[in-house]
Amino acid sequence: MDYSPILISVKTAALTIVVVFFLGLLAAKFVVDLRSEKLKMILDGLFTLPLVLPPTVAGFFLLYIFGIHRPVGSFFIEYFGIKIAFSWGATVIAAVAISFPLMYRSARGALEQVDENLIYAAKTLGFSGWRIFWEIQFPSALPGIASGGILSFARGLGEFGATAMIAGNIAGKTRTLPLAVYSAVSAGDMETAGFYVAIIVTVSFVVVVLMNYFTRKEKKGKRV
Amino acid sequence: MSLYVDIEKKYKGFSLKVKFETRGEILGILGASGCGKSMTLKCIAGIVTPDKGKIILNGRVLFDSGKRVNIKPQKRKVGYLFQDYALFPNKTVAGNITCAVKGNREEALKKWVSLFQLEGLEKKYPSQLSGGQKQRTALARMLASEPELLLLDEPFSALDSHLKEMLQMEMLDLLKKVNRDMILVSHSRDEVYRLCPDLMIMDQGSRVSMGETRQIFKDPVFLEAARLTGCKNFSRVRRLDKQHLDAVDWGVTLFTAQEVSGDTAYAGIRAHYFRPAEKTDENAFSVELTEVVESPFEMYVIFRVKGRRENQPMWWKLSKEEWYQKLEEKMPEYLKVEPGDVMVLKETEKKASF
Repeated sequence: MDYSPILISVKTAALTIVVVFFLGLLAAKFVVDLRSEKLKMILDGLFTLPLVLPPTVAGFFLLYIFGIHRPVGSFFIEYFGIKIAFSWGATVIAAVAISFPLMYRSARGALEQVDENLIYAAKTLGFSGWRIFWEIQFPSALPGIASGGILSFARGLGEFGATAMIAGNIAGKTRTLPLAVYSAVSAGDMETAGFYVAIIVTVSFVVVVLMNYFTRKEKKGKRV
Repeated sequence: MSLYVDIEKKYKGFSLKVKFETRGEILGILGASGCGKSMTLKCIAGIVTPDKGKIILNGRVLFDSGKRVNIKPQKRKVGYLFQDYALFPNKTVAGNITCAVKGNREEALKKWVSLFQLEGLEKKYPSQLSGGQKQRTALARMLASEPELLLLDEPFSALDSHLKEMLQMEMLDLLKKVNRDMILVSHSRDEVYRLCPDLMIMDQGSRVSMGETRQIFKDPVFLEAARLTGCKNFSRVRRLDKQHLDAVDWGVTLFTAQEVSGDTAYAGIRAHYFRPAEKTDENAFSVELTEVVESPFEMYVIFRVKGRRENQPMWWKLSKEEWYQKLEEKMPEYLKVEPGDVMVLKETEKKASF
């Protein structure tokens, strides 16, 4: 039994959630603060796109950006000697791209529900924009933001299509759990596949239950 | 205080156009809900940006559309007390009060907690406070940020009615102690009458009248102002001469102490100004009872001028004792109203006051 997919998946999902949490939160803050409704709609569409596109299409775009003969990819190779495509880092990039919309949308929804009088009050009390965000908006929206983070984590853990395209399926390097399931089934090894499947199902289930726990807290918090 | 406001704002089919200048320390703004009084406060605080106009506080220009000046709310030194108090739910009472203190937080906390009787509540969260405690915390938070002007937006509307009067008294005391300039917005005539020496009445986004509160309640001048000060009986009128008018909706001719002018369009009589009378008395008219409505502490007698079924009924408010001891058995045949109690009213000038 090869345990490396478990380790690779855990590492990938862990780094992904840290990146996606802040990226999604800041994107949500940026969109919520926008004054122009039109710009809001367009940016929102752009940020949500990876959620509705087939992962292979997202993978295609990622390859287009980070491929070794592409501007960003060749820049990294030339100046830093880092090859992005088909490295472990590429699994993180794929997972970030795919799970970003979940974080962004949850955070945006939670931020928009913060009582606007709290924000106005903070303004008249002299709070700066960032202070309002971290002291007022963020704590009030925390349950929604946390459940967005958990969803993104689960989505990142299960990422398959875009990962296969930009990171490949290199055993011990980029083969995450979903890819390991695919490889094991292809090789007719249903027992190993079943083991990996059991891990994914268990973790995902725990994560969804955790999220329910957070949303329950949210309702309780609103009542008082 | 010197506050000059002259602003216009169009918002979702509603248009606000209001101009006023304060003279005293406390100004009340009275108006029905949706008349633009909260919007006016939000413009002064800088939360809402007017389309055009000027706002000047104690010589400081806060907003001037002509010169493209629009000071941020953070820099206006204007405190705002929200209807629901808008206490930060994730901060304690102490955290709320000190969050906007610029100097020594410990000292400020001590001072405001003792002044507003919040001792022992410093570590509680807003959700654990009663309505009155929330209100005092919000007031303390606002005052701790040392604003030049306080804006109070319906400060009692979130409270149970039995608490209101007590808290109004408390607040009056507190506000006397801190002695700041303020504007209080309300739809309750009792509140503004008790708390504000000066009053502005607003209707449909513009100013109806402004002046000393007592004077406005005595002589509202405009129909809308009379309605908002609590007058219940109105009739369209036809001018007969300088001191006589024909109240066409009631079907009586009235003698007035106030002069009836060409633009007098309505007469108003407050519900408690009727008295039983003899046929020969001045402004006496024969009445027939329509209905009697009992309230907890008073009676409303609804009547018409006799033989005028097509006419509007009038409301007479009297104490329960008076009704049960003297009048229940035998409703008087005649009622009268003193000439000085007939309010002579003009139609509100729609958006044309400036």
